[in-house]
Amino acid sequence: MSATSVPGSRTGQSQSGDDSATEPILTVEELSVRIAGLHILQGVSFTVAPTGVTVLLGRNGVGKTTTLRAVVGLTPRNGEVGGAVRMGAEDLLTRPTHRLVRGGLGYVPEDRCVFAGLTVAENLRLAERRGSTPAYDRVYALFPELDRRSRQRAGSLSGGQQQMLAIGRVLINDNRLLLVDEPTKGLAPKVVTEVAEVLQRVAESVPVLLVEQNLAVVRRLARDAVVLDAGRVAWTGDAKRLLSEAALTKSLLGVGSAEVQH
Amino acid sequence: MTEVKSPETAAPPAAVPSELTEEPGRWHRVRPYLPLVALVVALILPYSTLHLPGIFEGALNSPGTLQLLAVCLVFGGLAAGYDLLFGRTGMLSFGHALYFAAGVYGTDILITHAGLPLWQAAPLAIVGGTILAGLIGAVALRTVGIAFAMVTLAFAQVGAILVARDFGGLTGGEEGLPLDVSGVPAGLVGVANTVNLYWLALAYLVVVVFVVHRVSGSPTGRVLAGLRDDERRIGVLGLDPYRFKLVAFTLAGGLAAAGGVVYCLIVGGASPHITSSELTLSLLVMVVLGGPGTRWGPVLGGILYMYLDHRLVSVGSSGAVDALPGFLSRPLSQPLFVLGTVFILAVYFFPGGLAGLASRVALLRDSLRLGSRRQS
Amino acid sequence: MDAIILLTLTGLGLAALYFLVASGLSLVFGLADVLNFAHGLFLGVGAYATWWAAGNLPGAGPDGLGFVVAVAFGVAAGTLMAVLVELVLIRPLYSRTIEQVLVTVGLSLAGVALLQATWGADARPFPRPEWTRQVTPILGAQVPNGGLLLIVAATLVLGAILAFLRWTRYGLIIRAGVENREMVTALGIDVRKAFTLVFAIGGAAAALAGALGSVYFGTVSPQQGGSLLIFAFIVVVIGGMGSVVGSAYAAVAVGLLQQFVNYYGTSGLGDICVVALLAVVLLLRPQGIAGKVATA
Repeated sequence: MSATSVPGSRTGQSQSGDDSATEPILTVEELSVRIAGLHILQGVSFTVAPTGVTVLLGRNGVGKTTTLRAVVGLTPRNGEVGGAVRMGAEDLLTRPTHRLVRGGLGYVPEDRCVFAGLTVAENLRLAERRGSTPAYDRVYALFPELDRRSRQRAGSLSGGQQQMLAIGRVLINDNRLLLVDEPTKGLAPKVVTEVAEVLQRVAESVPVLLVEQNLAVVRRLARDAVVLDAGRVAWTGDAKRLLSEAALTKSLLGVGSAEVQH
Repeated sequence: MTEVKSPETAAPPAAVPSELTEEPGRWHRVRPYLPLVALVVALILPYSTLHLPGIFEGALNSPGTLQLLAVCLVFGGLAAGYDLLFGRTGMLSFGHALYFAAGVYGTDILITHAGLPLWQAAPLAIVGGTILAGLIGAVALRTVGIAFAMVTLAFAQVGAILVARDFGGLTGGEEGLPLDVSGVPAGLVGVANTVNLYWLALAYLVVVVFVVHRVSGSPTGRVLAGLRDDERRIGVLGLDPYRFKLVAFTLAGGLAAAGGVVYCLIVGGASPHITSSELTLSLLVMVVLGGPGTRWGPVLGGILYMYLDHRLVSVGSSGAVDALPGFLSRPLSQPLFVLGTVFILAVYFFPGGLAGLASRVALLRDSLRLGSRRQS
Repeated sequence: MDAIILLTLTGLGLAALYFLVASGLSLVFGLADVLNFAHGLFLGVGAYATWWAAGNLPGAGPDGLGFVVAVAFGVAAGTLMAVLVELVLIRPLYSRTIEQVLVTVGLSLAGVALLQATWGADARPFPRPEWTRQVTPILGAQVPNGGLLLIVAATLVLGAILAFLRWTRYGLIIRAGVENREMVTALGIDVRKAFTLVFAIGGAAAALAGALGSVYFGTVSPQQGGSLLIFAFIVVVIGGMGSVVGSAYAAVAVGLLQQFVNYYGTSGLGDICVVALLAVVLLLRPQGIAGKVATA
């Protein structure tokens, strides 16, 4: 299933500029999610470009994580999902999570969710799949730390190391699209920079849909931006433009331009 | 949690009882009066000498039939009280038999051993059962979900052990403890007075239904429904789920203890089988068969379950079943086999229980009518 | 002194029985969130299948190799039953926890009634090898061999389950799934296959408990599973759901406590102490001794 994979090469397609001609890798149409009577997403539509990072922005509680989870089929059982999510020709909403993931949708959840009781090596081994060679060289090239700590329990890693493991676990296999939820949350500034660097390198070969609160990281990584507000799409467009216009940033994200600049 | 999530019911907000959902047509106008009709039937029943062969063995007002009906009514009330936990708050307690047994054994012991009159023994037993529920709830509610189920089950098991081991000769052990009727008003004693016990059981059922109805309609009831649907949301509102659950747990325990008092009088004593975990499991079966979280579902479920439990024994030993080959007749003579199987089927195919079934039938009929209207 | 050794070993025998039932319950609960009331039925099926095989199955018998064949048949029957229950009854209700519990409740009621209908409600004498009726002197105490057999069997099962969890791919999936089932799915693994597997393991262990427990008690009855199940639940909660090692510790604690208090105190007091222990553990550590981690 992972045959239609992204090559490991770093072609730097993101500089091509002409993405209006290319098909989006992911199309979200009128996605609505209702959980326990709360209408969390109310018809969200956007697309994710086939290269580079598309960032999903918005204040806390506007439904960013809910969107990612709905795409990967992890809406809780007491929730109802409507609308459509397509990757290529296939409709994602009708398929169980494990099939989506095997089909090349990599998901790095919020709060990392590494298996604390398992060792680093076991966490990575879990992601291996029958019929495809695990790309340990790719993972260890990005995260040499994981190789050194392979026998350590994941629960005893630092937050940054756990985040590396969570990303590395997904990169063991080839992916067509990565969903990454708040990878820098709760990390020290120096580690934030490291994680951002890694994501930048990853995004050279795989498109990424990223949820991120840290606007400095957004500025560095994102090409396209989708801003959610109260369960709807409030703005879509060029991420750099969003961040360079102080008034726009403030009205959409509720932060001053000073925070964006650093 | 067990609410039907089928498209027909479209997941009504928890606070709205399913009785209030729209159902067009004549049925809609008649339906609110059905409980009243049922109550009137229940009230005139003891004056009827009607014979219903196959349904009851004696005439409707014969002591045997009235006793069976009284037991059914008590369990209807018991199931309605249990539904306060399961259907309306989403708490899966496996120890509800304990508080019922506390009512039964409490009354029995206070009258038979301590020599108290009924009017003192009954309130004491109810208060005792309520306090017991409060204490156990305080510990058990530290866990949630399935762990809570296991813990309540474990505590109920202590009750079963205490009764079975007969500490100090109080409970009579395996033999049970016959009620010393000298402490009971003469009007509640003897075969000729079975009708009075029937009234008592009916009164108990009415009280429980009233209490559960009032509680679930109150602000507290709306919080309980919120806990059932999503506990975190209640936490976010700044309300302490633990307290509300403890209130519901204690109240349901008290109602069960009261049912125990009535049951003790009806059957004239206590026997250890009422402490078994099987009784709690059957309460669960009653509620699910009837329709959890509905006003009349659990009551119907309780009445029907007890009726079947009693009647299936005689049906099972009847000629019709005996004539079947052994591999069929033997299982069918076990009421629990039949009820357990029906229960499993109900979980799959009628998740709303009898109450859900009624609205489904109504829906089906409405859609048929709509279809025929379109054709004409 | 003799009494203490005897009580310790019979207590461990009881603990072995609890562990065999609880280990499967714990794994099933830890991974699939299913509180399996039908687990006692697996035990009953194992016991009755062994009993039936010893009398009817060619090659099986109450003694020697025939007895081993009979027990193997019982375990196979219990495993098959568990797998069928998972595939037919539990799987369609995937992640609907309460409905799953309800179905297992119905199954336990109907299943026990069916055993009762088929073989009668009364206990029947259980065919067992002569040596299991005898006692072995250990440090002056006369220890029943049936209890020792249970201890040996439970130790082997514990070792086998731990090795399985530690060294196999499915063991890894189970350990991870107990921690965070959703994340296992999000790594592209169909976790439901592992559900069937833990049901099979649990069914086999429970059936073994049924067979060997009947050897120990000398009789088999339809209600046997139900009464053991409640103490197994307590063991699971004390040990921490999902933890096999926690179950082993808790089983030993519960078995010894029960045996000693029942002997030195009044009969029945030990059972109550066990529940008191449960209350204390819950008040101090609501997640149980080991928490929700499948330790290997």
